This record gives sequence, C-alpha cells and structure tokens, in this order.
Amino acid sequence: MRYLPKSPADRAAMLQAIGIHSVDDLFSPIPAECRLTRDLAIPQQMAESEIVDWFKQRAKENGEGYTSFLGAGAYSHYRPVVIDALVQRGEFLTSYTPYQAEFAQGTLQAIFEFQTMISELTGMDLANASMYDGSTGAAEAVMMAVRITGRHSGVIARSLHPEYRDVLNTYATHQAIPLRMVSFTDSGQVALKELETAVGDDTACVLIQSPNFFGTIEDVEAIAEIAHKRGALLIVSIAEAASLGIVEPPRTADIVAMEAQSFGVPLGFGGPYCGVLATKEKFVRQMPGRLVGQTVDKNGKRGFVLTLATREQHIRREKATSNICTNQALVALMVNIFMTVYGKIGLRELAKQNLAKAVYAADQFSKHAKVLFAGAPRFNEFVVETSEDPYAINSRLLGHKIVGGFPLKKFYPELGHAALWCCTELTTRSMIDTAVGLVAESERSVQTMKEVEQEVVR
Amino acid sequence: MTTKHITRKATRHISQNEGLIFEKSSPGKAAWKLPPLDVPDVDTATLLGRQERKDLGDMPEVSEIEIIRHFTRLSTWNYAIDLGMYPLGSCTMKYNPRVNEFVSRIEGLANGHPYQAEKISQGALRIMKTLSDCLLEITGMDAITLQPAAGAHGELTGMLMVRAYHESTGNARKKILIPDSAHGTNPATAATVGYAVENLKSNGRGMVDVAALAAQMNEDVAALMVTNPNTLGVFEQEIHKIAELMHAKGGLLYMDGANMNALVAKARPGDFGVDVMHLNLHKTFSTPHGGGGPGSGPVAVKKNLAPFLPAPVVTTKADGTLGFEYNRPQSVGRVRAFYGNFGMFIRALAYIFANGPDGLRQTTEDAVLNANYIRKGLEGVYDLPYSTPSMHEVVFSDKLQSKKGVKTMDIAKRLIDYGFHPYTTAFPLIVAGALMIEPTESEPKEELDLFIEAMKSIAEEVEEDPQFVLDAPHNTRISRLDETAAARKPVLRWKPENV
Ligand SMILES: Cc1ncc(COP(=O)(O)O)c(C=O)c1O
Repeated sequence: MRYLPKSPADRAAMLQAIGIHSVDDLFSPIPAECRLTRDLAIPQQMAESEIVDWFKQRAKENGEGYTSFLGAGAYSHYRPVVIDALVQRGEFLTSYTPYQAEFAQGTLQAIFEFQTMISELTGMDLANASMYDGSTGAAEAVMMAVRITGRHSGVIARSLHPEYRDVLNTYATHQAIPLRMVSFTDSGQVALKELETAVGDDTACVLIQSPNFFGTIEDVEAIAEIAHKRGALLIVSIAEAASLGIVEPPRTADIVAMEAQSFGVPLGFGGPYCGVLATKEKFVRQMPGRLVGQTVDKNGKRGFVLTLATREQHIRREKATSNICTNQALVALMVNIFMTVYGKIGLRELAKQNLAKAVYAADQFSKHAKVLFAGAPRFNEFVVETSEDPYAINSRLLGHKIVGGFPLKKFYPELGHAALWCCTELTTRSMIDTAVGLVAESERSVQTMKEVEQEVVR
Repeated sequence: MTTKHITRKATRHISQNEGLIFEKSSPGKAAWKLPPLDVPDVDTATLLGRQERKDLGDMPEVSEIEIIRHFTRLSTWNYAIDLGMYPLGSCTMKYNPRVNEFVSRIEGLANGHPYQAEKISQGALRIMKTLSDCLLEITGMDAITLQPAAGAHGELTGMLMVRAYHESTGNARKKILIPDSAHGTNPATAATVGYAVENLKSNGRGMVDVAALAAQMNEDVAALMVTNPNTLGVFEQEIHKIAELMHAKGGLLYMDGANMNALVAKARPGDFGVDVMHLNLHKTFSTPHGGGGPGSGPVAVKKNLAPFLPAPVVTTKADGTLGFEYNRPQSVGRVRAFYGNFGMFIRALAYIFANGPDGLRQTTEDAVLNANYIRKGLEGVYDLPYSTPSMHEVVFSDKLQSKKGVKTMDIAKRLIDYGFHPYTTAFPLIVAGALMIEPTESEPKEELDLFIEAMKSIAEEVEEDPQFVLDAPHNTRISRLDETAAARKPVLRWKPENV
C-alpha cells in the first residue's frame, strides 16, 4: 500500500522489539467473536490514475459546463487562484487545531486577521474563528441569545433561508425553545406589525436574514428597535457575504450569524462552507466556538493563542456554551485570503457589479414576466413569477445548458410559480439575455395557449 | 543545553518576520481586477438609499506578491504532518494524500450547486452513495447520514436520533451515561439534546466498570456513550456484555468513532452491539485537518434507528438513478443546510479506493504496531498508569517527571525543540498529567525511533536540569505565551490604535 512507509523487514524488526511474533497478537484484546475474519466488501485497491479517472467520470455526470442562475444560500463567485495555491501549503493543510501556540503561530495569526476582517465587515466588535456553516451558526446564535437573556423563545422571519429554519427547528426542539414565525409583506420584507405583536417578554431573540432568502434587504434598524424595545436581542443571518461590500452592515444587531462561502469557497455541492458568528464585546463570554487572542511571550514579543477556552467543551464539558470542537479552519483561511485580495476597495466594486447584473437581469425579466417584491432594495437575487411552472421551464433550460432559478413552491407554496434567480459578477449579459429569451418564449406560448382556449370557448 | 542532548530531527533555521496584513496596507494598492461591466452601470444611492454602505473601514489594501509572501511566511511558523510525526492522541494525524486534494478540485465536482437538478447531480449522488456503502460495510451498520460537519456534530445527530427513538416508544428518558475517560464533546452534546449527564467510573484496567454500569443502568437511561477503543487506547473487552446490559433495559449503545483507526477491517461496531455511532472522516479517512477543520462526521445506525435519520437521504429510484428522499416523517430533521461537507466525502472515498480491503487492514495493523512500538520504547522512562494492552494509541503520565516539578505540558513544549509536535495533554481526565500518544500508520520506523530517542532525552533533561525543560521551547520564534493575560483582557481583533 503506497501510503504506508514500512518494508516487511521494518515490521519484523518492530515486532521483535515489542517481543511478539505476529501483529495478530496486538489484536488479541478484541474478543474473537468481535473480530472480522474476512476481507471487507469494498472496491479493490486502485492506482492513482484509476482514482482520478473515476472522479472525472463522476464530474461529467454532474452538470459540468452549465451556466447557472442558482443562489439561494450558495453563490458562484470568482475564486482568485492564489487561494488554492496558499491553502494547499502543507503547513496549513496538514496541521491540527492550534493547541500548541508556539508551533502554530501561522494558523493563529491568520485566524486573528480573519476575526478582524469579519468584525470590520459585519460592523460588530468581534468574531469567532468559524462555525460549521450559516445554518448551524444561526442555530448557535439563538442558543447564545437564550443564555444571554435568560429568556426562552425565539421569533423567526419566514424569509430566513428555509433550510436554516429547518436546522434551527432541530436544535430548538430539544432545548425547549419555542419558535414563532413572522411572515413577509408584498415587498418581501419582514412584516413589522406582525413582528411587533410576536415579540413578547419571553422573547430571547428575533432572527432575520438580510439580504433575505428572496434577495430583499431588510430594514434592520426598524426591526432592531422592535426587538430591543421588548428586551430581546436581534440576530441577523447573512447568507450572501458579498452583499457586505455595498449594503450597510447590521450594526444595530446583537449577533451576526454569517455564511462566508461567497468569499472564495467553492460551491462544492453544498460544503464545506464557513459559518462565523460576530457579536458585541459584552457578549463574548457566551459566544460558542474558538477565539484567538493577542498576547505576548516571555520576552514581550507579540504572539497569538486560543483564548477564553473556559467557554468550551474541553474545559466545561456539559456546561459548555456549545459542543463544537473541530470547525472550518481551512475554509476560513480561504475566506481570509479572498477578503485580503479584494480588500477595502475591491469588495465594494465586486458587490457593485453583482448589483448591476441583478438589476439588468430583473429589468429584462420584467418585460416578459412578473418580478415580485419590487418595493424594497435588493442585492443580487430577485424573484420572477411565470405563468408556467418553473420546474417545467427549468427542465427546458437544461437542454440549453442553463440552470434556471430556484423554484420557491417547495418552501413557499403561496408563491406558486415563482423562482429565485441570482446573478453574480460571473453572470454575463449574453447568459442573461439567453435565459430571459427562453423564459419569454415560455410566457408567450402559455399566452397563445390561453388565447386558443378562449377561442374554443367562444 | 548539554551537548549530550542533541536533536537529530530538527535544527534552527531562519524564518521570516511578518506583521499583520493590516500593517502592510496602504491606499491605492490592490490585488484584484474585475472585468469591464457588460451591463449598464447603476446608481447605488438611488437603488439602496440609506442601506448603501459607503466605507469598508479598516479592510486592507495590499498587492498580490505581498499576499503570497504574507501567508507563505505565516505557514512556515506552523508544524504539520507534512513535516513529520504529529502524535496528537485521539486526533489520528495521518498522511493526507494529495490525490484527494486533486480530485476534490475537479470542475463539475468543485463547482456543483447544491440545488442543481438531480438529473445533473448524478455524479455527486454516486459519490455519496458509494461512500455510504463503503462506510456501512466498514462499520457493520445498516443506514447512514453524511450530513454532520464534524465529530461533535455527528454526536449531536446521533443523540437526537437516540431521543427520537425513545420518544417513538413513548418515553424520551432522562439521562446519558458517559465514562469518566470520555472526550469533552460527549457530555457537551448530551446536554445540548436536553439530557442529564451521569458519569460512569472506569475500572482499574481503564475500561467501563461493568458492575457499576449494571448498578447505574435503569429505565431513565437513554444511552451509554462509549469510545472504543477508549481514550486510553484500550479496547473495551466486555463490549458485548455492555451492549446486552444496555439493551436489556431498553437503552441504546452509542459509539464515538474517533478511534476507528484501530478497528477498520479488523472489527466492526455493528458486530459488537453498537446501535448508533459517528465516524470522523478527518481522522480515520485521511481528510486534512486544515488547522481545525473542515471535518465530516457521518452517523451510522442499526435498522431500528433508520427512520430517524436526518432528511434528506440518498436513495436509488425506480429508474435506477439516484435522488434525495425528503419524505421522512420520523426524521429528527436537518442538522445542516444542504448535504454535509461534500468535499470531504470525495477525499475520504479517494482514500478508501487507494487502500482497498487489504490496504485498510494493513493500515490498521501498522497503526497499532506503531503505538505498541512506542509503548515498548518508553515503558519505564515514563509512567504507564494502565498496563492494559494498547491499540492505536498509548497513554503515559508525568508521574515520574512531576517529582522534579515538570508536568506533561512542559515535556510537550520541550518536544517541540526536538522537532516533533506534542502529544495530547488535555485528556483523558482519569489520568493525572496524561501524555496521550497516537503515531498513526503514517510513521516509518526511523521517525518513531527519533521520537523515542527525543522522549528519552527529555526524561534525562528533567533529571539533570528541570528548569531547562520548564523554560521550553527554546528554539521557536516565540517562547511560551502569556495565556492568562490573553484571557483577562481579550484582544480579539486588530485596531489601528493597537500599533
Ligand atoms: C474522542 C473524541 N470524541 C470527539 C471528538 C470531537 O470531534 P470533532 O473535533 O470532529 O468535533 C474528538 C476530537 O478530538 C475526540 O478525540
């Protein structure tokens, strides 16, 4: 086996040193009836070339070469090549969690820089080293709010990513945290009147997403005011991190639960991604996850360590703020490098291009179909309602190697034939024109059908 | 340092100083360039109004070469498996094959969108199905979810299923039994799922005390969470009896699979009574640790727990194609958006392909051989609190060295000077001053010999000049850091005024 660095002679010498005859002796602690005495029924050893071929084959069956208008929590942005060049350095790739600070300053300083940039972008005082993803981060944020306020229920916007809501439900059920849903208005924003009545004296937090699942930007300040008036915290989930380049961050929030995938992380069929929590300084001791802090060594030299570990499971066990241990460090490093590459000016320009493409696409679509939620500002996603079922439209688009918008019926039955479309800096005008043309064709044929039917009736 | 104690593996070397990236920033530098906008430009003020962000504060402005140098310099301050043995017990720091990285970046796999139609997701689904089948065969279990993002997340998923199972019989039960040798995530997880944690004492041989278990087991106990081999590296020899005891009173047996590297192709948890378990693809199945993740923590269960798996699960449809099954009324729900850390599935499957059944067996045998070779080499030099046979890792204590005031963490810091990453010091809590050493199969005999030599040399230094060891490390860029100060007045981000 090519990964194993021993010759038969090495093994024999080691067995002799231990004072046994056969490696089987080392497995004698396993009772005989528990031992496997046959080969595992799994594929036989493959050469490297065969492995590569097998996966290339799978890639071919996986939509290689399609143009996509999907967003909905997973975004296609350009990834500068320096990201993979750097994260594949063995010193980052093959090191463990930086428990031994003197031997892991590289990872620790990088995380400190990550925490700094995330705090800066989200408008919070501080950020942690990462959470599994945006969905689990949002759930952890709710649990954090429950600890901070000593209250036991949550109010959740229906315009929060439906799968984030599912995850939150899973977590909340066994924490005995009842959740109330608040719906959205005709402009796609949280219904403030309804929110006002939903928030009560036992509400630990209000959790919204902005830009929300429909791509609409929420009036965070107004929502914060409603939450804070009743002593509840405001948690803002951000699924499209690129929006932070041009959209005012939720500075009035108490916790920001972000999915940073947009910053240099491949779509990768849904993971690994990079969740992160950011918050106000006064809440730091209730924050889950790892934190890197600056300190000095014996000689007064600046260095970095994992800190405030008394919040964590390895010290506090069942009283910890969370059970999280391994998180998403290498993905956070991708995010870190992406933020460094684009920086102060580039992130804004990038966001502006996203905005412009989405504005153009929504305008084009609106000539042939209905663009919903027009009354509120948007970032790079918008909802198009068609006469024909978007699943049917999409299956026709596939024939043109185009992946259409995400049909919303599955999560929002009341939205009928609506689909969520996304444009990023990678979406070209000609891609947009082609997709709009095909949707227009579908609209026209539905129209013709209707006319024909009316003819018949007459 | 006395000349006697030479470090044959490592030597001093120049490394570059490097400040924080923010300290290199200045207006007008850039590492990015966007293509020209091919649609009409927009007026952001009209579009966004007061929601428009005007300024990105202290975000950096630097050039590409500075970024390359910055992160490359930082990287050289890290130790890594690629540099040598990384014997962190319980962490299974094995070689991370480069072909894994290569195949995970193939276009079409790396760029697949989680919501693209199943028709054009057959490749990704096939990868998930094949990996699931392999893991079920390796564990001897019946059904699996790949959704959890790491070990602790797998524990959470497993515990949710335990709860759902009991609820389906009308009584969720109240508590989880956890041996005192367990990892901290085990009790933390049980609490997250709303269970009380009851400690279970280990016996004199470092195993679950079966008599104590029998006394503590009753109808209030939902499950026992064991790690097998446990965190002492000891196989729970009475595992059958433990399972029987649990099952007799309607309880379930949960296994933390962190130590599966001792069992793959040699024994299967499904064959010794385990009802639900998690695996760590970032340990046993060679996906890289990346400085603290991403991981992947699949959860495998027996048939009776299958209805409770998180939705969706991968299924084969009538027409032979693969798809996601969402309609699972008894499911615990989702534990993560989308389908899990898919990129790790690719890497783990590539590892299984490269090994095959014989390679996996040899891997396990070598892992156990290596641990026992170290044990033999250091026995007598360091105290061995439990003489029970070791599997893939061995746990010593600092009992002998602490007579000179030197603790496990001091020895660990000195080991750095010898060019090795330290072993695990934080647990198991049942060993005061533990040195938990897991070499994995990836170490050649020469590296093990160097390690043993280094550990012996440190033991001698402790006798001759304990202060020298207490002051270690001596050869790193920075000496021991003031952790108390870091926690007392936390500085968690850079600010311009810090300069
Ligand atoms: C025995 C044991 N259980 C659980 C865990 C937690 O796994 P993870 O860090 O992947 O969440 C670890 C991790 O080190 C472990 O060693």
